[in-house]
Amino acid sequence: MIDLSVRVGSMTLANPVMPASGTFAEGLDRVIDFDRLGAVVTKTITRELRTGNPLPRVVERPGGVINAIGIPSKGVPYFFKETLPYYARYRVPLVVSISAPTAEGFANLAAELSEMPGVTAIEANISCPNIEEDGKAFAMRPGSTETVVKALRTATKLPLWVKLTPNTGDLPEVARAAEAAGADALVVANTILAMSIDLATFRPSLGNIMGGLSGPAIKPIVLRQVYQCARAARVPIIGCGGIATAEDAAEYMLAGATAVQVGTATFVQPDALIAVIDGLAKFCEKHDITRVSELTGAIRTDEADEADLAWVSPPQ
Amino acid sequence: MRSDGPNKTADSLDPGGKSPGSLWKASAAAQLADVIANTAINTEYRHLIVRCGGPAMQAVPGQFFQLLCPQPAGEQPYLRRPMSLYGVDPNAGTVEFLYKIAGAGTRGLATLQVGDRLDIMGPLGVGFTLDPAWKNIVAVGRGAGLATLAPLAVAARQRNIAMTAIFSARKPDLVLSVELFEAQNARVMPVTDLEGTSGPAHVELLLRGLIADGRCDAFFTCGSSRLLRVQQRLALEFGLPGQVALEQQMACGLGVCYCCVRDFNIGGEIVHRRVCWDGPVFDLLEAIP
Repeated sequence: MIDLSVRVGSMTLANPVMPASGTFAEGLDRVIDFDRLGAVVTKTITRELRTGNPLPRVVERPGGVINAIGIPSKGVPYFFKETLPYYARYRVPLVVSISAPTAEGFANLAAELSEMPGVTAIEANISCPNIEEDGKAFAMRPGSTETVVKALRTATKLPLWVKLTPNTGDLPEVARAAEAAGADALVVANTILAMSIDLATFRPSLGNIMGGLSGPAIKPIVLRQVYQCARAARVPIIGCGGIATAEDAAEYMLAGATAVQVGTATFVQPDALIAVIDGLAKFCEKHDITRVSELTGAIRTDEADEADLAWVSPPQ
Repeated sequence: MRSDGPNKTADSLDPGGKSPGSLWKASAAAQLADVIANTAINTEYRHLIVRCGGPAMQAVPGQFFQLLCPQPAGEQPYLRRPMSLYGVDPNAGTVEFLYKIAGAGTRGLATLQVGDRLDIMGPLGVGFTLDPAWKNIVAVGRGAGLATLAPLAVAARQRNIAMTAIFSARKPDLVLSVELFEAQNARVMPVTDLEGTSGPAHVELLLRGLIADGRCDAFFTCGSSRLLRVQQRLALEFGLPGQVALEQQMACGLGVCYCCVRDFNIGGEIVHRRVCWDGPVFDLLEAIP
């Protein structure tokens, strides 16, 4: 029996697999049992009501999609009245993704959520490329990251996950800033700012012109960023970018991720999350690894002369 | 086989099992279905029949499936493609679709051979509802919209509701499924662009005639904004109910991603609704053409 549990800061998850924010909602319960997941992560909520971006909101590209959904949000009262009670029927830890236009807004929303039973952790989405002009977001710079994470840290005692952007030139520096300001874990990363043009009409493919690229196409880029962040910060890294299979998840863990988020793959196979969990157990079995957590950071960069991987999981 | 994403394998038909002690049960699934037939029925449309059993057999008229289309040469459709239900036969274990080759996804579907397998996810969305008090309904469809209305003809007959179907197409040889509707005792009235009979004014005349004859307790429509407007006007004038099946580009199909929202008029307020989750069948008067 493989031990699939992982520790993310003070939290113990039954397994390292959870959905990426924005690719998960109640409707998926028609297809998968949420209690099999390591955690669930809600779609980002905001205090203000948001209708989202103009259509079209999604365009597919080879190996992925560009989206500019724009975080439609029904606001906080709806979340308390409908969403929180819905998840109360499950045992799985509930991570609530939040966004706000200002550091104070982030802090206020985090404080209000911290009062609510049923919220296990907060994921601060300081990196959505679709809600600020030109894809700017707090996580683009270490200074603004520090400001918002400090405000959040003061506002909540719940585990605080901070979702970083892949669209910055110095991600390790931003990761260090988030850690120093009190983040308990870093989610690396969000979508990659992108665009596409319809050659039949000369018009942008998306109503918002620019959007965020996700899916297998971005995996090698974000994998590298997880590797960099894991070396730059001591807090756990949650890898998120193009994971569709257990092999993808294992690769992220070897690069330094403690847990992983599966997003766009769910749009292709609605039970992708479950397939990744079951596949990780098989992967560990195949490599004689008894605890999945041993994969984290087990990438070999030395010039070891033996080919076997016995050192990853030494006999007890 | 697709190369860029997770593929179903024969042993992953089970939707992942459940947690210990869980009461959860799947009500939709991505299933591998065997292709029984995939034939051209005219120059533009093809008829696909697959066999799969499972949750797919619970599909009702107006619902849809998300098809993981094979990749045609030189193209890489990444997302699934929504396709409305054309027919379901629980005894035979079959699900049917009628599609027009229009893009990378449907070009991929056209490559399917008998014996191939197709990954279908469903049934999804909210279908049509038939009020037992209705004795006569009118279905108005254009193009592929007729495919969506076809299973409604079967459901209406089962409930002893008479259907009159106005079929609109560019030319007579593109009018679909007349035999299928007639086999359900539906009265079919084809109108075409070529014959100059498909314009809103002429269709309105036909509909007014049906209303006057007491043959229209409710409208059902799919496939034309212009004809939707005509029916909305008549529904208001005569106080008749109606339902419309709408299309929209989709990503997840399960109400998760908010890709497929449209504007609706709910009691005078314009609000977004997800076509995949709140629909694809909506109240006739709430839809905005």
